[in-house]
Amino acid sequence: MTSMYVILAVILFAIGLAGFLIRRNALVVFMCVELMLNAANLLFVAFSSHYGILDGQMAAFFVMVVAAAEVVIGLSIIVMIFRSRRSTSVDEVTELKG
Amino acid sequence: MLETLTPVVATGLFQYAWLLIAIPAIVAALLLILGKVTNGFGHWIASLAPIASFVLALIMFIQLAQAPKADHAVGLTLYTWMTSGAWHFDVGLLIDPLSILFVLLITGVGSIIHIYSLGYMADDPNRRRFFAYLNLFIAAMLILVLADSYIVVFVGWEGVGLASYLLISFWQAKPSAAAAGKKAFLMNRVGDMGLLVAMFTMLALVGSTSFSRVDQAAPFLNSGWATFIGFMLLLAACGKSAQVPLQAWLLDAMEGPTPVSALIHAATMVTAGVYLVVRSGAIYQQTPAAQLAVAIIGTITLLVGAWIGCSKDDIKKVLAGSTMSQIGYMMLAAGIGPAGWAFAIFHLLTHGFFKANMFLGAGSVMHGANGDVDMRHFGALRKAMPITFVTFGIGYLAIIGFPFFSGFYSKDHIIEAAFHAQPVLGVLALIGAGVTAFYMTRLMCMTFFGQARWAKDVHPHESPAVMWVPLVLLAIGSFAGGMALNSWIGEWLAGVGAKAGGHPSWLPHITWIGVVTLVVVAAGVLLGWWLFGKRPVPAQAPQKVSIITTMGRNDLYGDQLTYNAVGRGGAVLARGVDLADEKGLDPLADGTGWVVQTLGDKVRHIQNGYVRTYGVTMAVGAVLIGLALVVSRLV
Repeated sequence: MTSMYVILAVILFAIGLAGFLIRRNALVVFMCVELMLNAANLLFVAFSSHYGILDGQMAAFFVMVVAAAEVVIGLSIIVMIFRSRRSTSVDEVTELKG
Repeated sequence: MLETLTPVVATGLFQYAWLLIAIPAIVAALLLILGKVTNGFGHWIASLAPIASFVLALIMFIQLAQAPKADHAVGLTLYTWMTSGAWHFDVGLLIDPLSILFVLLITGVGSIIHIYSLGYMADDPNRRRFFAYLNLFIAAMLILVLADSYIVVFVGWEGVGLASYLLISFWQAKPSAAAAGKKAFLMNRVGDMGLLVAMFTMLALVGSTSFSRVDQAAPFLNSGWATFIGFMLLLAACGKSAQVPLQAWLLDAMEGPTPVSALIHAATMVTAGVYLVVRSGAIYQQTPAAQLAVAIIGTITLLVGAWIGCSKDDIKKVLAGSTMSQIGYMMLAAGIGPAGWAFAIFHLLTHGFFKANMFLGAGSVMHGANGDVDMRHFGALRKAMPITFVTFGIGYLAIIGFPFFSGFYSKDHIIEAAFHAQPVLGVLALIGAGVTAFYMTRLMCMTFFGQARWAKDVHPHESPAVMWVPLVLLAIGSFAGGMALNSWIGEWLAGVGAKAGGHPSWLPHITWIGVVTLVVVAAGVLLGWWLFGKRPVPAQAPQKVSIITTMGRNDLYGDQLTYNAVGRGGAVLARGVDLADEKGLDPLADGTGWVVQTLGDKVRHIQNGYVRTYGVTMAVGAVLIGLALVVSRLV
């Protein structure tokens, strides 16, 4: 049973990673990051249930809290960038080019 | 020196021995911290501090004298300073026959000089600061002599060095005074290094620097190490006591106010080296080589000091040369071995009186002559300042060793002991006594006798009572000190008397050496009188003089010798280091910078600014780490 969850998590993570690497829209990239986080969370919970140890569930809560905080900051950065450039393409934000 | 006595635990009054140090230390702190608030009365409490310590010390001395012989050394452990590994440092005081004599000298002469300074420094705008430093000095010097371990001695040793520096350059607006202070401080550092190295060696070999532990361990020391420690302690003594080759600072130290010269650079601080050597007697007994070195250094210095004393026209510099010379006698006695230790301390005490007396007398003369120090501008002052003349005269008779004056007892002992130990040193000490008589007679004739050669606007007058009463007290000490101490000091400094081994009694006794000494001294006096008393003294220093005088006037080229021996080498070394820095280190540093910059220029193109590139890098990195973890599990 647990293996199903693991496979689902791998699929979710792969989708998230692919989206993160391929998509240009900052909002979509951002959602993909969330997808990867949730894949990890799913693994935590699945293994917690499998072994009957609560540590994994606790870790899942921590990840949720961090993700929530990250969303706040990430979205506000995206909003700021959109206000100044009228665009959310991640490829246009290249000021840190060496 | 007193290794035969084991300190007993302090009881009664001795438990409060720390007060001896605390009183002047607290007063010094008060005067310095409260500042101008104490301008009006600071000098009064500062003068009371050493008197209070003196009274306390006197009571302790009487109690000690009444105690049975075995209880003559009292130890008082105050607190643990620090513990490091196997080393344990306590701060403790040791009140024994040797240290209590020093405490009496320091606080006694110190009190008198404080009172004198009330008059001498009355018009100085920085009087409070002066008295604060004087109290600081008294406290530091008492730590030095009361300490029961070398490391606590070192605290006092540095403290007196600091006080000496502050007081030499007291008139710091004068460039010469500021330079003299620095010179004294730096030359003393060389000696301090000797004391430090000696302490390190003791810690490595004995595991402690306390006198009792070191004295116990001394007989078992390897003779090479004992000699090494002996030489290092001698180096320390040379620095503090202005012995050749570290003598050059003392003459410049006369830039300080005259009471400072009297207290620090004549009576007390400069004798700390003698104290150190005598205190380390147990070590010196293991090493004839270091002992002989002490005696030789002492003999050289006593002749060098006397030579310089002969050729100076500055009254304070003559006295400074004479101080070097007299400390040379003490070092000679200390180097003779157990037979000489008590004589060294005896001469140290009498010298403390008569030299302080003469320095203060010189201060009184300067006071009357508007601060002039050139003896060629004095002459015939005996009528203008009769009290100064009489008290100075008593000091003069004491230093040349006129019968029944204090120097007669103490110096004769040293010359005699030198003859018994090493006739060559004895002859040189005898010559030194003759030269001493010569230059002191010259000083007396040029200052108090002959024609008046005063400058036009100078009207010499006797100093106020606050200055001449201390002179009288010190003159009494200069006269009676020898007789008072002679009969019992040997007995008092017990361990020594017993070890002297068949050396004749301490009572005055006529020997052929004593008679010869008197004859030599008389010859010196006559020569001095014939050259400077009978003939008129030119008011300008003659320029066509013998090479001997020229050398003396230039301090036997001590500064030039130091410069050529150390300064030149130091300059070459500094230039070499500078060159190595410029040609060796600079290219290395610049090269490193160039390499990093060039590399950075190449590498920074990796940062292309595309978020997705960074994402790929991160993902690949994470995969690599994951692979590494998996592989490491499998292997």
